[in-house]
Amino acid sequence: MRDTFVGVLTELAPAHPELMVLTGDLGFGVLNRFIAEFPDQYLNMGVAEQNMSGVAAGLALEGRAVFTYSIGSFPTLRSLEQIRNDICYHSANVKIVCIGGGMSYGPVGFSHHATEDLAMLRSLPGMRVLSPGDLWEAAEVTRYLLEQDGPAYLRLDKSAAPLTTRHGEMFQPDKIRVVRKGSHITLAATGGILGEAILAADTLADEGIGCRVLSVHTIKPLDTNELIAAAKQTEGIVSIEEHAVEGGLGGAIAESLMEAGVYPGFFVRMGLRNTFSAVIGTQAYLRHVYGLDAASIVHTVRTKLGVGAETRVTC
Amino acid sequence: MTFSPCPDSETLANRIRIHALRMTNLGGGSHIGAIFSCADILAVLYSGILRVDPEDPRSPRRDRFVLSKGHAGAGLYAALAERGFFPVCQLLTHYQNGSDLSGHVSHKVRGIDVSTGALGHGLSIATGMACAGRKSNMAHRVFALLSDGECDEGSTWEAAMFAAHHRLTNLVAIVDYNRIQGIGRTSEVLELEPFADKWQAFGWTVREVDGHDHTQLHQALKSVPFSNSSPTVLIAHTTKGKGVSFMEDTVLWHYRIPRGAEFEAALVELEAGK
Repeated sequence: MRDTFVGVLTELAPAHPELMVLTGDLGFGVLNRFIAEFPDQYLNMGVAEQNMSGVAAGLALEGRAVFTYSIGSFPTLRSLEQIRNDICYHSANVKIVCIGGGMSYGPVGFSHHATEDLAMLRSLPGMRVLSPGDLWEAAEVTRYLLEQDGPAYLRLDKSAAPLTTRHGEMFQPDKIRVVRKGSHITLAATGGILGEAILAADTLADEGIGCRVLSVHTIKPLDTNELIAAAKQTEGIVSIEEHAVEGGLGGAIAESLMEAGVYPGFFVRMGLRNTFSAVIGTQAYLRHVYGLDAASIVHTVRTKLGVGAETRVTC
Repeated sequence: MTFSPCPDSETLANRIRIHALRMTNLGGGSHIGAIFSCADILAVLYSGILRVDPEDPRSPRRDRFVLSKGHAGAGLYAALAERGFFPVCQLLTHYQNGSDLSGHVSHKVRGIDVSTGALGHGLSIATGMACAGRKSNMAHRVFALLSDGECDEGSTWEAAMFAAHHRLTNLVAIVDYNRIQGIGRTSEVLELEPFADKWQAFGWTVREVDGHDHTQLHQALKSVPFSNSSPTVLIAHTTKGKGVSFMEDTVLWHYRIPRGAEFEAALVELEAGK
């Protein structure tokens, strides 16, 4: 997703002289082409995320469209007050980009994971929150954000779901994508973990359980209508995210459905439960350990439906 | 864009103090000591140093001013009102329900670009503005007024390092160095000395003035940038609570609200200084 993002920015930069990319001294080898072609639109801010966010606000107040870029929680939690006060309160045109959403940087350790970011960023007034699930979505939301004024948070995953784009599909901003149709239960995922949801849906389909798979690439604003439809038309909703269960995708879905007065038959939030992602391992391994891989999703669905407890998990 | 004529800065400073005293008294606001500390700096800035136009407050050619020590908001509101950015009577809405004049400075107010209040933010924002100005080959300058207390914040020094690295000569920081922060003296809380040496070591060109001497302030600020290869910092040696005898150089008057006999006595002293 990172390379897709940088590729799109590099492609669009000539038409957007107001675009600036600020990095917190990360992106070795990744940003090279952008830097070489557009040196005046690039700043390495050093390892100083608070200043990066404040400078981004100052640049934006002078008419620039600024992307700040770093890993994990560095561009967000480290400078959350600058994001709140300097960027959001001033409606400054700053897009905060995290590469390594969730547990992307698996064995590097929890310090480089972003597992509370969605909750924190989502609560900020005026902040859009985007978390694409595949490379097509990553490219489309990048293009979309460059055209939008105001603050946004873009969470990019190292993993990406297989492309689910339909022929001729046009990106619809702020709309949940139904990547699999189904009327039995709903799997709602955000980020690259969408791939696990799709795998789980394949397994469950073999057992006669039709999953509707939703890619929630935009968590704020949230497409409540699609969620209401899922709650009404399927037996229950499972939210899946590489994030704490509090305040992220699952929290957002619960809030919006409760407020709409629509209650799914069952609702399960799959994510980290009051724990740091402290185990060492690859992103795939950590998904297994923390019960977020396809097998875990299948198990969760079977348990909720009261079926197949004796059936061997095949994915 | 026309730049309006300079009022007498000494008169403006006195009016800023009287307005701020009335505003904090009426609203029950604090930080009067911190406002009095920088009243002379604000008065000099708004008496011919800053190229700003009350008739065209968003002109792209204007000098930018970031009040990083946002708790002195009442002082900046007073300066702007006296310079005609909005009616002086609006000052009395400070701290009142539904007002735009919050205690910490707000960009909802005409003539103000940036809201601050959390310390250590302003220099980064000003640095971003200066960076944009440089990239666009604009001639305006960006001024930021900092408290000494917010030089405890690491973010201030992140900005200082960045601005010097990029030789932002269009950036001017002024530090209101009254040596008293929230609940103690800087020498007791976190020693800033050798303060000028710190800025110099970070790559800034430093001058020091008496922050209540208008001649010194005028001369220094008229001559910015101090260098054609570095950002400028002016360390203004000031006295917290300056202008009211019983407030001067006391920790108490950082937060104390001027009320009753203290308010009356302060007003008498300031009125006598007109």
